[in-house]
Amino acid sequence: MARHVVARVDELDIGKSKLVKVAGRDIALFNVKGEFFAIANRCPHEGADLCRGQMVGLAESDEPGQYRMTRHGELVRCPWHGWEFDIRTGKSWCDPARTRVKSFDVTVTKGGALTEGPYQAEVFPVSIDEDYVVVEI
Amino acid sequence: MNEMVRSLGKETGLSTVGGIDCDLHPASPATKTLLPYLDDYWRETFVMRGVDRLSLAMTSSPARAPINVRSEWKATSGFAGDTLETVRSQALDPFGTRFAICNVLHGSMIMHSDDMAAALCGAVNEWLAREWLDKEQRLRGSIIVSAQNAELAVAEIEKRAADKRFVQVLILAQNDEPLGRRRYWPIYEAAARNGLPLCIHAGGSNRHAPTATGWPSYFVEAYVAQASIFESQLLSLISEGVFHKVPDLKVVFAESGFTWLPSFFWRADKTWRGVRAETPWVTEQPSDIVKRHVRFTLQPVEAPIGTDALARTLEHIDCDDILLFSTDYPHAQFEGLNALSANFGETLARKILIDNPLATYSRIAADFGKEVAK
Amino acid sequence: MTETQTLERPVEAKAKYNLIDCDIHPSMKTPAELHPYLSQRWKNHLVTYGGHTRQGLAETLSHPRMVPEVSRVDSWPPTGGPPGSDLPFLREQHLDGLGIDIGVLVPLRFNASGQRHPDFAVALATALNDWQLGKFLEPEPRLRGSIIVTQEDPASAVAEINRRAYDKRFAQILLPPRSIEPLGKRRHWSIFEAAVGHGLPISLHVGGVGGHPATGAGWPSYYIEEHHSQVQTMQAGIASLIFEGVFESFPELKVSFVEGGFSWVPAFGWRMDKAWSTMRDEVPHVTQPPSEYLRRNIWFTTQPMEEPNPAKNLTDTLKWIGTDRLMFSTDYPHWDFDDPRYAFKIPLTAAEKAAIFAGNAVNFYGLN
Repeated sequence: MARHVVARVDELDIGKSKLVKVAGRDIALFNVKGEFFAIANRCPHEGADLCRGQMVGLAESDEPGQYRMTRHGELVRCPWHGWEFDIRTGKSWCDPARTRVKSFDVTVTKGGALTEGPYQAEVFPVSIDEDYVVVEI
Repeated sequence: MNEMVRSLGKETGLSTVGGIDCDLHPASPATKTLLPYLDDYWRETFVMRGVDRLSLAMTSSPARAPINVRSEWKATSGFAGDTLETVRSQALDPFGTRFAICNVLHGSMIMHSDDMAAALCGAVNEWLAREWLDKEQRLRGSIIVSAQNAELAVAEIEKRAADKRFVQVLILAQNDEPLGRRRYWPIYEAAARNGLPLCIHAGGSNRHAPTATGWPSYFVEAYVAQASIFESQLLSLISEGVFHKVPDLKVVFAESGFTWLPSFFWRADKTWRGVRAETPWVTEQPSDIVKRHVRFTLQPVEAPIGTDALARTLEHIDCDDILLFSTDYPHAQFEGLNALSANFGETLARKILIDNPLATYSRIAADFGKEVAK
Repeated sequence: MTETQTLERPVEAKAKYNLIDCDIHPSMKTPAELHPYLSQRWKNHLVTYGGHTRQGLAETLSHPRMVPEVSRVDSWPPTGGPPGSDLPFLREQHLDGLGIDIGVLVPLRFNASGQRHPDFAVALATALNDWQLGKFLEPEPRLRGSIIVTQEDPASAVAEINRRAYDKRFAQILLPPRSIEPLGKRRHWSIFEAAVGHGLPISLHVGGVGGHPATGAGWPSYYIEEHHSQVQTMQAGIASLIFEGVFESFPELKVSFVEGGFSWVPAFGWRMDKAWSTMRDEVPHVTQPPSEYLRRNIWFTTQPMEEPNPAKNLTDTLKWIGTDRLMFSTDYPHWDFDDPRYAFKIPLTAAEKAAIFAGNAVNFYGLN
């Protein structure tokens, strides 16, 4: 396990996503209402880039004809076939047990704290005063 | 010549003795026959208008077409299944049928006038009770209704449901709109309330083209297209949330064929994953909903005999509960008494013949229980 | 339908082509892209009246889709315009990105066969063919075009086929599965005659505006139903071709059904065979079991890929259809796109791969 600095916090606005490459992996990074999440970028179905998907809410219903949109922006719809994945867990909505992508721990850390310890930011210039997104892999 | 055609007539089927035949067709009654079961208004105006001279036969089921009457089952009238005696001697006795559900395919279900349709459906149901069910203990009835006016259909269901020999509600596969639409829901609620499955039988109103690309020239083509209509109805019932709204509803597809089911499952399940937000009440993959709520009468079995097609298809369907035995008498779906292909194997055959029908038809199960107790 | 039908045909294309995509949708930055290919009269008509088809909504099909332009979210060109409208980006993302040797264009915009104004329909068809040449086929040799014709006006359709047939950059004649009358009806036969005469295959891509409910059960409420109904429409087209006797009269005719899936084909053949065996006296001109024509004259593209659970069930389907009858397609840039690397969830032999991803299309289109 190592912690990787992947982005400056202000690089990714709320409701936006971004592809980051960490330790040879493609990781989709999302900003959900100010919280950051990271999941494997490759859709397990046919390989689309999840970082390119629309961030959507969860459409639910208690009975036919009634619609409820909850968890705004917390799911990503695969940009190709529209399968929904929970950005928080990487699990698909339709088949959470079998169809899922790996989810990674993400923290936001002050630049000052990144200058020592196990952080890896070899290709990323870090400034002491900024906030950074750190992914644990 | 291909496998299907080569193999016809060669098969030796499994015994059907003691089975429950879930799709048997007494000949559709002539309107004249129904006059005693109509009230004064309809009786007099039908005579006045000459309706009593009509058969009200439907283009979707021409009674003399070879698919609808096996040559050796032709009665002297030309219409098979036209008397109780022929039904006994050609169907009930030879197949060793324990119970058979009478599905009367009558034009009353497609009349444009709501009231005329309801009056005629009521008359056919009454005729079935008096002329058939009263006289033969092995027969059970389907309550035919016209789906176009749900209120009148519900009234007929409530009235007829008191007679426990009626075991399901029957409508046709093609109506004005896909059957999942909310206008039809009161019918499903009434059926479920009375412990009656909804049977959807091949056939229909032909008020619009039976295909999305217009009117086929030939009857054989239209008959083939019936399976497409069933597929659309199945997806409509699922997508509109009928089984969510009426969780106790059981649906029986009759004379729909079933070998198209795996392909339906694969595609419906896949598409649902991508677009399910459009119908958020559908929270399970369509195939699971079908396996829990929908049953299929056995005939026609559409797979080449003598190959692994049927066995593989059953494995693809992966649900032993789904098929209900039927002869589709007097329709020509198989030869001799081979209604139950040997490909099914003894265990599945028992389920298809008896267990699945009993699990589907609570009213037959009640009577079956009494028989066993005796 | 007999049982073992794999690879009766030689796979000649192995050396020349590895990947042929039978379904790519080109688009326009704006409708004005078509203006240079229309006379002043029809340009004015297009601007003033727009399309006027046999349905309620003017701009789109009757059931709104789940994504803009029915397209992959990642397929919008960075230069602007809708997916499929920018040739450099189409090259980069699709042709180069996947290593596609030949891509067959299936233009769907403007729907010439669906237009109710007969003369506008003819002008549109011609303009759409010229537009394909000008925008895509001339600058990009990997692309092939589809001859757009007015199915409801067969005489004009035949004239357009005759005009284009010499140009080998057009690979096929495109017809809509949803038409006013079923495909096999005799009034369409002059189109089949022209196709056979020029050695051109006919392709039916899902869609069309025939004016009938999208299903035989009536108009469905939801896109999920309309999407599925394309299968049934394909079935109706096949049944019509077979039962009308089209393949008896035109035994050389090759027809492909595009984007309708394929797992339904075996059971549909069984159903037709069974019904025909009982009622062949109604159609004595159909001398063979229907599945024989299905086997002989009809091809299917693979997308949207069938995905049974378990995946291995698909091997039965491939066996029953015959792996020489399936042609790979992506449907780029549409949302239910298939990626050639990951579409099949079951292992294919090298010969099967060569056939499905290229060889069968070479045979179908006569690319050798």
